[in-house]
Amino acid sequence: METVTTAIRIIPLEHYIILCAALFSIGVAGVLFRRNTIIILMCIELMLNSVNLLLTAFSAYHSDPAGQVFVFFIMVVAAAEVAVGLAILVMMKRNINSVDINLLNRLKW
Amino acid sequence: MVNPATLAYYSWFVPLFPLAGFLVNSLFSRFLKGGRAGYIASLSVGISFLYSLILFFIVRDNHQFAYTLKLFSFIQTAGFSIPFEFLIDSLSVTMMLIVTGVGLLIHVYSIGYMKEDERFNEFFAQMNLFTFSMLLLVMGANYLILFIGWEGVGLCSYLLIGFWYKQADYNLAARKAFVMNRIGDLGFILGIFLLFFTFGTLSFHEIFSKLEGVSSGTLTISLITLFLLIGALGKSAQIPLYTWLPDAMAGPTPISALIHAATMVTAGVYMIARSSALYVLAPFTMTLIVIIGLATALLAAVIALYQNDIKKVLAYSTVSQLGYMFLALGLGAFSSAVFHLTTHAFFKALLFLAAGSVIHALHGEQDIRKMGGLKSFLPYTYWVFLAGTLAISGIPPFSGFFSKDEILVQAWTANPLLYILALSGALLTCFYMFRLLFLTFSGENRWKPFTASPHESPAVMVIPLVLLAVLSFAGGFVNIPELFGGSASFNRLLAPALAVASGHHSLSHHTEWTLLLISLLLLAGSIALGWIIFVKMSRVPGPDGLIRPWYNRIVFKKFYVDEAYHYFFVRPYEYLSSTLFENLERNVINRIVNFTGNLAFEAGAVIRRLQNGNISFYAFVMVAGILFFFILNLIIT
Repeated sequence: METVTTAIRIIPLEHYIILCAALFSIGVAGVLFRRNTIIILMCIELMLNSVNLLLTAFSAYHSDPAGQVFVFFIMVVAAAEVAVGLAILVMMKRNINSVDINLLNRLKW
Repeated sequence: MVNPATLAYYSWFVPLFPLAGFLVNSLFSRFLKGGRAGYIASLSVGISFLYSLILFFIVRDNHQFAYTLKLFSFIQTAGFSIPFEFLIDSLSVTMMLIVTGVGLLIHVYSIGYMKEDERFNEFFAQMNLFTFSMLLLVMGANYLILFIGWEGVGLCSYLLIGFWYKQADYNLAARKAFVMNRIGDLGFILGIFLLFFTFGTLSFHEIFSKLEGVSSGTLTISLITLFLLIGALGKSAQIPLYTWLPDAMAGPTPISALIHAATMVTAGVYMIARSSALYVLAPFTMTLIVIIGLATALLAAVIALYQNDIKKVLAYSTVSQLGYMFLALGLGAFSSAVFHLTTHAFFKALLFLAAGSVIHALHGEQDIRKMGGLKSFLPYTYWVFLAGTLAISGIPPFSGFFSKDEILVQAWTANPLLYILALSGALLTCFYMFRLLFLTFSGENRWKPFTASPHESPAVMVIPLVLLAVLSFAGGFVNIPELFGGSASFNRLLAPALAVASGHHSLSHHTEWTLLLISLLLLAGSIALGWIIFVKMSRVPGPDGLIRPWYNRIVFKKFYVDEAYHYFFVRPYEYLSSTLFENLERNVINRIVNFTGNLAFEAGAVIRRLQNGNISFYAFVMVAGILFFFILNLIIT
């Protein structure tokens, strides 16, 4: 265990932060600008996992396992979310024969 | 022997039962079939009557009995408190007996009279509410409770006068009664405000106990009494607010009896009698009451001479008799006024119910020109109507004689001129009542072409009539004056509850006998005159369209009072309303309101574009918002 944290600490913390910020931004941009619902789900996963990465990095640097515990929680929630999201996706495909998010705009006055 | 205070404590039973009857009859109306509502209503009033009777005996046997029953705190704030309280004393018990007793007979009578009506249950519910309101009015121990009853009576009279609401003009009559009463109520409520402002309380005995040191004729007392008087004028149908009462004949006949005899119109007289301690301190107001009362008594009596509707004649006679009560009040003879109120309740209820019986027999015909010769067809009705007529005319030993004679004697002691005017009013009363009696029951049958054979009313209607006839005959014996060896026990009973006006001196028996003899001779003369004109010569009033000499026409048209009111008050008011409607309402208020509405509408149309249903757009806005605050935070720190 000790070797893993030492290995993580070889790379400076700033690099992790920049990487995670970049990944998160890619995720946000994907959610905002893509129309394919599958891609949007994947982008959400990307955002979640970028945060996971950052949490583990901080955990290692601060020698605090709490951060890694959080990561497991997030993974569980993400898995559940993906299951629900994919189910919605299947229903969407069956009903409107498309996965274009912009077709779902009926919820307005 | 039960403690009197304990029995008086349960006096809240008295208004409770009519209220319960009202609730049952109105809420469970759909389950009450075949006249059950009538029995419930009559039973509830009957129980109240029995309890009132118990209370009456308590008050009679305990001199100066006055019990204030505080039920709960009605209005309680920092500055003042007004409890919901009842006052049981001789005056309120007398009124309770009249309201429940005469009311009970009218309820029973109505079971027969309203049998065919499709809104039978509602009728009895409203009757019970009326009785309840009136009981609240007479039992209240402060002006606020009195006012609640006062308004309740006004509301019920509106409902019941307009009971047959499908006829448009009946609704107008109901509305007229309501509006006229409202004018009076405004005065009354101003009086209450002023009372509270002056004395800091509305309770009767607290106000009256604070009056000890007040000198007579102060401006405040005069103003208070004048305002209260306006209320009484509206409720008791005196000049200038009397025109609603004859129109109130639109309601079913038992209602006319209830309004005219037991309740409603007596409220004004009761209120002034109750406030007698205030009124004796206001000589100006008292003089005004004398003038108004006498003028009303004479005016209404003259109008009644030319009326051809059986109920209209009785209506004007009520106005006229109320004028006598006001005359007595103004002369400071408060107990005489209440005594006349009592006997009047008996004989006027009798007359109205008997008139109802006639109308019932003739299938709704009310025009006395289309009656005549009904004596043999309606024997009971004829005899009781005769009893009522003798009573209202003041023929001894009927009740009206004792009460009216007392007022006439009071008038003589104040001023012989008042006596002469009051006596001429009494003669007119006698004449038009016998005119009514003769035209209805004697002479030829004039109803033949109009209606099928008349029939006597059922027992449920006749029995109350007979009971009322007995009361009309014997009601005066409770107050036989000293002149006839009596002890004026009614006056002595009421004395503790009423104030005494100063400067009263009794007449010598010699003068009283002379006055009595003169008035009786004149009364006999007017009956004879009526008999000659309407029986011997069998004159019948001409049709409405007949061209009459001017003096005759003025009376026939009721002195054009309604027309004058229409011209001076209704028309300007309508003009003002329509002008305001055209200009202010349409051009100003409408525009402001429409502008406000349109503003919201337009703003909504703009903001609506934000909600386009596009989820990427929502997410974009959300992220943009987060970024905005993020950058804002960076800039600030």
